[in-house]
Amino acid sequence: MPDWDLRDKACIVGVGSTAYGVFPETDAVGLGIDALRAAVDDAGITFNDIDGVILNRLPYDRFAEVANLQTPFLMPTEAHGRFSAIALNMAVEALATGQAKTIALVYGNDGRSSKMKYGGGAGFWAPWGFTSPGASHAMMYRRHMARFGTTPEDLAHVATAFRHHATMNPNAVMQKPITIPDHQASRHVCDPLRLLDYCLINDGGVAWIMTTSERAKDMKQKPVYVSGYARQDDFSQNSYPADDFWYPALQKVATQIYERAGIGRDDIDGLMIYDNFSPTVLFALEGLGFCKQGEGGAFVRDGTLQLGKGRWPTNTSGGHLSESYMQGWALIVEGVRQLRGGQVPPERQIANAKALQFLLATPVSASIILRNDA
Amino acid sequence: MSYVKPLPEPDKWSGPFFEAARNERLAAQRCTATGKFFFPPAPVSPFTRDKNWSWETLSGRGKIASFVVMHQKYFPGFADEIPYAVIEVELDEGVRLISNIIELGSLTLEVGMPVEVVFLKATDDFTLPVFKPAT
Repeated sequence: MPDWDLRDKACIVGVGSTAYGVFPETDAVGLGIDALRAAVDDAGITFNDIDGVILNRLPYDRFAEVANLQTPFLMPTEAHGRFSAIALNMAVEALATGQAKTIALVYGNDGRSSKMKYGGGAGFWAPWGFTSPGASHAMMYRRHMARFGTTPEDLAHVATAFRHHATMNPNAVMQKPITIPDHQASRHVCDPLRLLDYCLINDGGVAWIMTTSERAKDMKQKPVYVSGYARQDDFSQNSYPADDFWYPALQKVATQIYERAGIGRDDIDGLMIYDNFSPTVLFALEGLGFCKQGEGGAFVRDGTLQLGKGRWPTNTSGGHLSESYMQGWALIVEGVRQLRGGQVPPERQIANAKALQFLLATPVSASIILRNDA
Repeated sequence: MSYVKPLPEPDKWSGPFFEAARNERLAAQRCTATGKFFFPPAPVSPFTRDKNWSWETLSGRGKIASFVVMHQKYFPGFADEIPYAVIEVELDEGVRLISNIIELGSLTLEVGMPVEVVFLKATDDFTLPVFKPAT
């Protein structure tokens, strides 16, 4: 008996996203509904087909009122991006247990026009001037540098690869190519991290439609199967920068994810890595076993993550660093479009992509494997 | 001149930490069952989930586990000090504090540097623990 028997039981059958930028004329609910309309259309369904709703960063009652979605199943989730992965699995389980047949998963964010601040508020460490998730990751990366010999320049290889992808994405907020020296010349926000190590806060909406694999067979789009999912939390250092880069939790996820999906790491054609800050990409790659711990910096050199150059094309949309910080949700959309084929500009297509892996290194460590040939 | 940086906002658990600091004493809760310290202050020991803890005085000695230099203006009260360093200190008793470094002199901030606590009076109500290179 496998420890997870939901392999290929659920599919993503519709995706939608808005433009990303500054949209003071609307709000998170409006952006979420715009994305959902696009996803409904993409899936070839109607709003009447939706009998389950999972929301992220949205006021659930107002959203359901405005979207006019009266269903037997609705779940709001907290604003943290880690809930992108959690929401996806929540849908897989709800579909498997018959709580819903067609689930709309919706993310809406008006953080840029509402001047959402990540840092500067009250906090236990504020009297010492320490604030913001970026500073916490900077603290972690300094520790990583001291322990393993990684450098700030290693992070430039992450940022430039993702920006290269964004140059082929008309919906990316930042499309101008950057070089390693450009990264190194960008201003420090929190040394050792620079501006180009930070995600891009923007307004936007993202939606997915998920249903059972049975139903997905007859639908408009080529189904994308959720083949595997694994998660391990570690909140033991929630008040501090994690001194272990969540490595033990990520390692546990690494031991489960391929067995659950029924394929190996070698079968993966590309990656979607949660890139709130560039060091997280190294922590995820190390923790999930793409390289040894401490070797993430060397691993990403020479274009390893760059499409057309390296073995592991990663965040082919540009990711949070160059497309927009849609907290994991838009990374999954990109994965779905890649796996359908022909839905991104040809130069951005991962050739013959059959399986992609999502990697999440936060106090919630998780991974998802999506496939199109299950 | 009035103090412009953010002040602590003690709650019922962290109150004794700031009260001790006001008396130039670094304190943390210690789990009486395991002997281990924990921080930030909490209602129960995370090791036993029980209220079997007591406030103990710490040596105030430790080493720099990591550090950053803040270049972004998040707090108006820190604006004049940008860029300023923030250090993560691993105390000898095993708990960590996020703090600032003073009296660095000609030394370069580095991971592993031994440090010891110093108390800086902010207001009549609050004194903050910061660190200097250990002598």
